[in-house]
Amino acid sequence: MTQTSTIARGGGHPSAPSRRHTTRPPRGSGLPNGAVPYVLLLPGLLIIGALLLYPLYQMVDMSFHKVGLRQIKATNPAPAEFVGLDNYDTVLGSDLFWSSLRNTVVFAVVTVALTLVLGTLVGLLLNKLGKKMSTFVIIGIMAAWATPPTARAIIWKWLFDPSSGVANWALNLLPDGLSRLLFGRADWSEYPWFNDTFTLYLVLTIAVVWASFPFIAVSVLAGLKSISAELYEAATMDGSTGFTTFRKITFPLLKPVFSVLTVLSIIWDFKVFTELYLLNGGTVNRDAFNLSLWGYAEAFSNPPKMGLGAAIAVVLTAILMVITFVYVRQIVKTEDVR
Amino acid sequence: MNPLVRKRINRAALNAAGVAVFLFAVFPVYWMVATAFKPDDQIFTTSFIPFPSPPSMDHVSRVLTKGVAGHSIWRYLGNSAIVALSAVAIGAVFALFAATAVARFRFRFRTTFLILLLIVQMVPAEALLIPLFTMVKRLGLYDQLPGLIVINVGLSLPFSVWMLRTFVAAVPKELEEASWIDGASRFTTFWKVLFPLVAPGLVATSIFSFITAWNEFIFALTLIGDQGKYTMPIALQFFVGQRSTDWGGIMAASTLMTIPVLIFFLLVQRRMVSGLVAGAVKG
Repeated sequence: MTQTSTIARGGGHPSAPSRRHTTRPPRGSGLPNGAVPYVLLLPGLLIIGALLLYPLYQMVDMSFHKVGLRQIKATNPAPAEFVGLDNYDTVLGSDLFWSSLRNTVVFAVVTVALTLVLGTLVGLLLNKLGKKMSTFVIIGIMAAWATPPTARAIIWKWLFDPSSGVANWALNLLPDGLSRLLFGRADWSEYPWFNDTFTLYLVLTIAVVWASFPFIAVSVLAGLKSISAELYEAATMDGSTGFTTFRKITFPLLKPVFSVLTVLSIIWDFKVFTELYLLNGGTVNRDAFNLSLWGYAEAFSNPPKMGLGAAIAVVLTAILMVITFVYVRQIVKTEDVR
Repeated sequence: MNPLVRKRINRAALNAAGVAVFLFAVFPVYWMVATAFKPDDQIFTTSFIPFPSPPSMDHVSRVLTKGVAGHSIWRYLGNSAIVALSAVAIGAVFALFAATAVARFRFRFRTTFLILLLIVQMVPAEALLIPLFTMVKRLGLYDQLPGLIVINVGLSLPFSVWMLRTFVAAVPKELEEASWIDGASRFTTFWKVLFPLVAPGLVATSIFSFITAWNEFIFALTLIGDQGKYTMPIALQFFVGQRSTDWGGIMAASTLMTIPVLIFFLLVQRRMVSGLVAGAVKG
C-alpha cells in the first residue's frame, strides 16, 4: 500500500545516510564537502524562521502588549504599550473563554472519537472486501476527503438548509411517533439548524467526521497491509483464533499508527476554523466561538485587539503543544531521526 | 447452516456495508454537483429530487460569465491558480534542497532540524495569523498575491521536506557513487541521477502543497481585501454571505472549485497517507 514505507523497510535505516564513506564526491565543485548540507538547508531554514518561528515569537510578545490600529499602520506605526499579563487576565476572566474552551474541547473529543471509530471500522472493512469492491469504496471516500474545507462547509450548510435541505426532508420521512420518541419533535419543516450552538456543532461534527474518516480508514488499511501474512500463519498454526489474533498481533502492531492518528486528529479538530466560520456565518454569533474563532474575532474586530487575540492564540498553541509533544516523541521513537 | 451459504451471506453483508460507506461519502459531493445543474424550481422545494431533470446549465454558465462579487469566477480560479502554483514551484525547490541535505548528509544539527520540522508542523496556522498579518501590513504586502504566496510556501514547506526526504533516502546511494567514479560533478550527479529518480516523489509532494494552498482560507480571508484579488475560497464565502439563498450559483461555484482538487487527490492519495503517518506504519 504505502510505497515509500515498503522501500524503507527493506532498507533498514531509511532516513539515516550511510555510515560508510567509501566513495567521496568529487572535489573542486566549489564548496568544501562539510558545507554542502548547510547550504542546501539555508533557504528552507530562512523560510521556516521568517514565517513560522519569528511569528511564533511575535505572537507571544504581542500577547503582553496592547496592539491596536495605530500599532499596525503600514507607515510610522506607534510603539505597542506593554501591559504585562492584562491580556491574559481579560482572556481568563471572560465568559467567552469558558464557552470557547468548552466548545473547543467537547467538539474535539466527540469528533476525534467518532472519526477514529468510524475510520478504523471502514479500514477493517476495506481489508476484508474484495479488490474491486475495496477500490470502489476507496475512490468514494476519496471524494469526501478531497472536498476543500470551504466547499465542505457550504455543502453541509445546504444539506441542513431549513426550507429545502435534504436533512429536514429525510427526518420528515420518519414516522411521527418514532421521531417524537427519538428527538422530541415530529415536524422538521423549517427546522433552523444553525440558530442554536448545539445543533450548529452537531452539523459541524458530522461535516468534519465525514471529511476526516477517509484518512483514518486508508491509514489503518495501510497498517493492516504492512503486517506480514507469515505472522498470521504462524499464529494460526499455534492454534490462535479470531479475537486473540487481533489482540495479540494486529492491535500491538498497529498501536503506533493509532497513536499518531489520534494526535493528528486532535490537532486538526482542536483548531477547526474554516467550517465553523462558514457554518456560523462569520463572527456574529459569539456563543458558538471556539478558541480559534474567538482569537480571530478579537484580533480583527473593530477596533482590532491584536494583543488580546494573540493571548488567545498563545493559550490554544500551548494546549496543542502539550498534545504535540506526545506525537513528536512517538515519531522520534519509531522513526530514525538521528 | 451450510458453510458455503454462510460465506456468501457474509460476503453480501460486507459488500452492503461497503456500499453504505460509499454512499455516505459520495452523496454530499453528488448533491453539490446535482444542485449546480438543477433549475431553481427543483432546488427550492421541500420534496426530494434525486437527479436534475432535465439538467440545466443556467447556474454554471451564470457563475462563469456574470460571476460572483463583481468578477467572473475565472478571475478567482486564476488568482487561486497563481497563488497555489507559485507556492508549489518555490516550495518544491527549497524542499528538495533541504530533503537532500537531511537524507544524504550527516551533519551537526541534523536531528535538531528534523525535530524542528515536526514541531513547526504542529503550530496552528491560526495562531500565526495575527503576527503574520502585522508583518504583511508593515511590508506593504497587504492585498498583494505575493504575500499570500510566500505564506503558503511557509505553511507547506515543513511537511514537504518531511515527506520528500523518504523519497530521497529511497534512492540507492551507490548510483550517485557510481556517477562520481565516472567523473561527474556533484551538480551533474544531482541533476542527472538523483533528480530523475526523486521526480515522482517531488510530484506527489507538490500536489499535496498545491491542495493545501488551493484550499487555504484564513490567510486569504485576512490578507486580501480587494475583491479582484480574492482566491476561490474567499470568493465562495463572500458569495454565501451576500446571496445566501442563491444555492444553485453557490453549488456551481463550489463544484468548479472542487474539481481540480478531486483530480489531483486521486493521483496522490497513497503517497499522502504514507507521508502523513511516516514512521508509524514502518515496521
